[in-house]
Amino acid sequence: MSRVETTEDRWLRGVLPLLSALAIALGAYVLVGLGKKGKFPATLSLYGAIFIVGFAAAFLVIRRYAPKTDPVMFPVAGALAGIGFAVIFRLDGNLAAEQSTWLIVGLLAFCATLIVVRDHRQLDAYTYTIGLIGVALLLLPIVPVIGQTINGARLWVQIGPIGFQPSELGKVFIVVFLASYLSAKRELLRVGTGGWGPLRLPQARHLGPLLLAWGASLMILFVQKDLGASLLYFAIFVVMLWVATGRPAYLVIGVLLFAAGAWLGYLAFSHVETRVDLWLHALDPSMLREGASQLAEGQFAMASGGILGSGLGQGVPYRIPFAVTDFIFAAIGEELGLLGTTAVLLLFVALVGRGLQTALRATDDFGKLLATGLATLVGLQAFVIIGGVTRVIPLTGVTLPFMSYGGSSLVSNFIILALLVRVASGPAPQRGPLRGPRRAGIEEEPPDG
Amino acid sequence: MDSQIRRLAVGLLVLLVILLFGVNYVQVFAADSIADNPANAYRQFVAESEVDRGRILANDAQTPLAISRETNGEFTYQRRYPRGELYAHLTGYYSLFFGRTELEGSFNEYLSGDAPELLPQTLGDFIQGNPKRGASIVTTLDPDLQELAMDIVGGMRNGGAIVMMEPDTGNVLVSAANPTFDPNALSTQDSEAAEKAITALNDDPAKPLLSRASDELYPPGSVFKIVTAAAALENGYTPSSRIRNPLDLTLPQTTETLENFGGSHCLGGASEITLAQAFQISCNVSFGTLGLELGPRKLGRQAQAFGFCLWNPPGSCLTDTVPFDIPYTAGRYPDTEYFVDNEPLVAFSGIGQADVATNPMSMAMVASAVANDGVLMRPRLVSEVRDPQGRAIERFEPDEAGVAVSPETAQDLTDMMVSVVEPGGTGTAAAISGVSVAGKTGTAQTREGAFPHAWFVSFAPAEDPQVAVAVIVLNGGDLGNEATGGAISAPIAKQMIEAALEGG
Repeated sequence: MSRVETTEDRWLRGVLPLLSALAIALGAYVLVGLGKKGKFPATLSLYGAIFIVGFAAAFLVIRRYAPKTDPVMFPVAGALAGIGFAVIFRLDGNLAAEQSTWLIVGLLAFCATLIVVRDHRQLDAYTYTIGLIGVALLLLPIVPVIGQTINGARLWVQIGPIGFQPSELGKVFIVVFLASYLSAKRELLRVGTGGWGPLRLPQARHLGPLLLAWGASLMILFVQKDLGASLLYFAIFVVMLWVATGRPAYLVIGVLLFAAGAWLGYLAFSHVETRVDLWLHALDPSMLREGASQLAEGQFAMASGGILGSGLGQGVPYRIPFAVTDFIFAAIGEELGLLGTTAVLLLFVALVGRGLQTALRATDDFGKLLATGLATLVGLQAFVIIGGVTRVIPLTGVTLPFMSYGGSSLVSNFIILALLVRVASGPAPQRGPLRGPRRAGIEEEPPDG
Repeated sequence: MDSQIRRLAVGLLVLLVILLFGVNYVQVFAADSIADNPANAYRQFVAESEVDRGRILANDAQTPLAISRETNGEFTYQRRYPRGELYAHLTGYYSLFFGRTELEGSFNEYLSGDAPELLPQTLGDFIQGNPKRGASIVTTLDPDLQELAMDIVGGMRNGGAIVMMEPDTGNVLVSAANPTFDPNALSTQDSEAAEKAITALNDDPAKPLLSRASDELYPPGSVFKIVTAAAALENGYTPSSRIRNPLDLTLPQTTETLENFGGSHCLGGASEITLAQAFQISCNVSFGTLGLELGPRKLGRQAQAFGFCLWNPPGSCLTDTVPFDIPYTAGRYPDTEYFVDNEPLVAFSGIGQADVATNPMSMAMVASAVANDGVLMRPRLVSEVRDPQGRAIERFEPDEAGVAVSPETAQDLTDMMVSVVEPGGTGTAAAISGVSVAGKTGTAQTREGAFPHAWFVSFAPAEDPQVAVAVIVLNGGDLGNEATGGAISAPIAKQMIEAALEGG
C-alpha cells in the first residue's frame, strides 16, 4: 500500500501550486481593477468563478485520469494564463470577455484530451493519419475562399462566423507525428549510407516523410509568409531529429538550411527585409520620423516600466499596437517591470524544464520524443516572440503561449499541456469512478503503513 | 536520447539567459536612453505629469508665479500660472505638447525633481507611495514692481518694455513687456485647445511669445552714447575734452551727412563742445565725430565689456555674451568687418544707429555696470532653490561678469548722466525731488515712415545706486512722431524708480 501513500503525498503537494496559480491569476486581475478604476472589478464574481471552477475541474480530472503526473506543470501554465488574462483585461475588457470564453474552451480541451488519450502510446498507432491532419491544418489557410490574409500573413481560416488559425493546432499534430515517426525510424536514420564522414545521410526512402515536413514548413514561409511559425517548425523539426538520432550532423545541416532559407526569404520578400531593418534600427530617429513603430513602442513601454513597473492599470500599454497578442510581454514589462518579465521568464523555464524532465522520465521512445517536442515547441515559441519584443532577434509574429489573446493559441497550448501531463503520468489508472481524498485516506489506515 | 534531451535543456536555458540579458538591457541598463527617445513623447508627458512640479515664486518667496494642481484627467498634475500673462516671458510655459520654455525650461531639473540634490526626497516619496515632488525656485522678481511695470507697458499703444535691475547684485526685479501671452492656454491638458492656442500665438504678427524686454532687438539711438562716451573716457578723453561742433557732419566717402536731432546746431552754434555738454544735450554731430575718432574696434570692445556681442548683420553673435538664467538676446554691435568700405557707418554707430541693436535687458545691464563702479554683474533671475519642505537646497550668490569701465570712468559717466536729468538736459522729466537720478534719453529712428522708439536708461540714487531701469516705448507710443525718450520714457522711469525706492 505504500504506492497509494506516495501518490497521496504527491497530490497534497499538487494543491499548493494550484492555489498559488489561482492566487496569482485572481490577484493580478483584481490589481488591474484597483489600478485602473480604484475599485474591485465589476466582473470579479464571473471571472473569479471561471478561474476557480475551471482550475478545480482540471485539477480533479488530472487527479482522476493522470494521478501520477507532474504536479507543477498545470499550475505553472495556469499562472501564465492568469497573468495573461489580467493583462488582456487591463488592455481591453471586451477582448477579456472573449478570452474568458477561450479559457473555458481551453480547459475543456485540456480535460477532454486527458480523458480521451488514456495512454499517450495510443497516438503512436496513427502516425501518418496524424501527420496528414497536421499538414492539412497547416495548409488550410491557402485554400481559396476560406483562407484569410491578416497583417500580411495568410494564417487565418474563416468558416461562417468563426475565424481561427489552424496552424496553431497543426503544430501539435506535427509534433505528435514527428515523435511517432522518429521513434519508429530512429535507428534507420542514425546510420548513414551515403555522403561523407559526419555528413553521411540515411537512405532517401527514410528521409522522405521528413523532407515532406520540412517542405511544409518552407511552404508556410513562402506561401503564407508567416516567418515566426516557419522558423518555429523548422527548429522543432531539427531538434527532434537530432534528439531522436543523436547525430549532430542534423543540427549542422539544419542550421545551414535555415540560414539559406532565411537569406532567400530576405532576398525574396520585402517584408522580411523590412523586419530586419526595423530590428536593427528600431530606435533610430530616421525610423521614428513617421511615428514610433510597434517594436519601438514595445521598447518604450518596457523601458518606462524599469525594474518595478508602473503597477497594473497604471501605465499606458495601450500605446503598443497588438499589445494583447504579440506584444503582451511588453505590456507586462511596462506595468510589472523587470520583476514581472523575469517572473514570466522563470515560469516558462519551469514549464519547459518540467516538460523536458517528463521526457527524461518517460520509459518509451515515443513518450520521450513527444514530451521533448512539445516542451521545445512551447519554449522556442516563447523565445521567438519574447526575443522579438526585446529586440534580441528580429521580430516575427507568434503568440506567447498561454498568455496572448487568441483562442486558437490558447486552446492548442492547453492540448499541449494535456499531452505533457499525460506523458508525465503514464497510462490512466484502470479504476472506477472518482474517489475523494477521504476515501483514499481510509485506504491508508490499514496497519501495514 | 537522454543525453540529447539534457543538452537541449541546457540549450534552452542558454536562450533564457539571453532573454534575461535582453530584458535587463531594455528595462534597466538602456532604459533611460530608450525612454528619452523623442518619439516616446507621450509616455514622457505622462511620466512628467505625475510629478508634483515645484513652484516658481517671486522674490518674497511667497507670491506664486507657477504652481501644480492635481486633476482628475489622464495627466495627474496640471501646471497653472496664477498671474498668467504678467510673468509669462519669465516663467515661460510648461506644456505637455510643446515642451518647456524660459524658467520652466532652464530650471526643469529642479522643478521636475530630477536634480541629484532631491534624490533622498524622491526615494522617500517613492517608498511611501507619494507622488514625486519637484523643488521650488525663488526668483528675484519683485511682484509689486513687476505688476506696476506690466500695468505701464500694457498702456503702450505699440508695445514696449521695462527692465529693472539691482546694480550691485544683478538681480532682475522687473522684466515687463507688451505684448504678452497667457501661459495657462498652453499648459492646458486639452491637446486641441493647446494646439489652437499655440497656432494663434505663432501666427500673431505681433509675436507675443517673444519678449520686447529681452528677446527682440531695437536700435538704441542716443542711449548708446553711454557706451560711446565710456569708450572715449577709457581711451584718454575726459568729460571736458573738446569735440568739433559743426552744424552737421559730412561723412567720408559719401555725400551723406549726419545731422542733429531736428537739424539744429548744438550749443547755439559754438565751434567746439565738451564731451559732458554733448552728452547732456545728446549732440549727434559731436558723438558721430567721436565715433569716427575712436573707430569701430574701440567702440566694439567697449560694447562687449558692457555685455554686447559683435555681429555681422543679419547674422548671430560672433562673440560670447553674459549668461542669464533664461535665454535672452544680448545687445549687438557690428564687427569691424561690417565697416570695411563703409566708414560713415562708424559715425552712425556712435549714436546708436547703423545696426547697433539692443533691448531693455541689455541696456539695464549697461546702466547697472555704470552704477556699480564699472563692474558688470551677471544678471540673475533665480536666487534660491527650495525643497518641498521649504528648505533651501541651493543658493546662487551674485556673480561678477566682468569690468566694463574703470571706477573713474564710471564716476564721470554717472556725473554726465545726472546732468541729463538736471535742468538743461534732455531727461528732466525723470527728475525726482530729493533723489539724484542718472539717466540718458534716446529716440531711435526705425525704418522710413515708422514712428521712433523712445528710450530712457537710468539708475538712482546716483550716489548710492539701488536700481537701474531701462524703458523702451515702441513706435512713438501715444505721441507718434513727436515721441522722444525725454518726453515719453523718462516719466515712466521716474515712476518706476519712485516705486522701487519707496518699496525698498
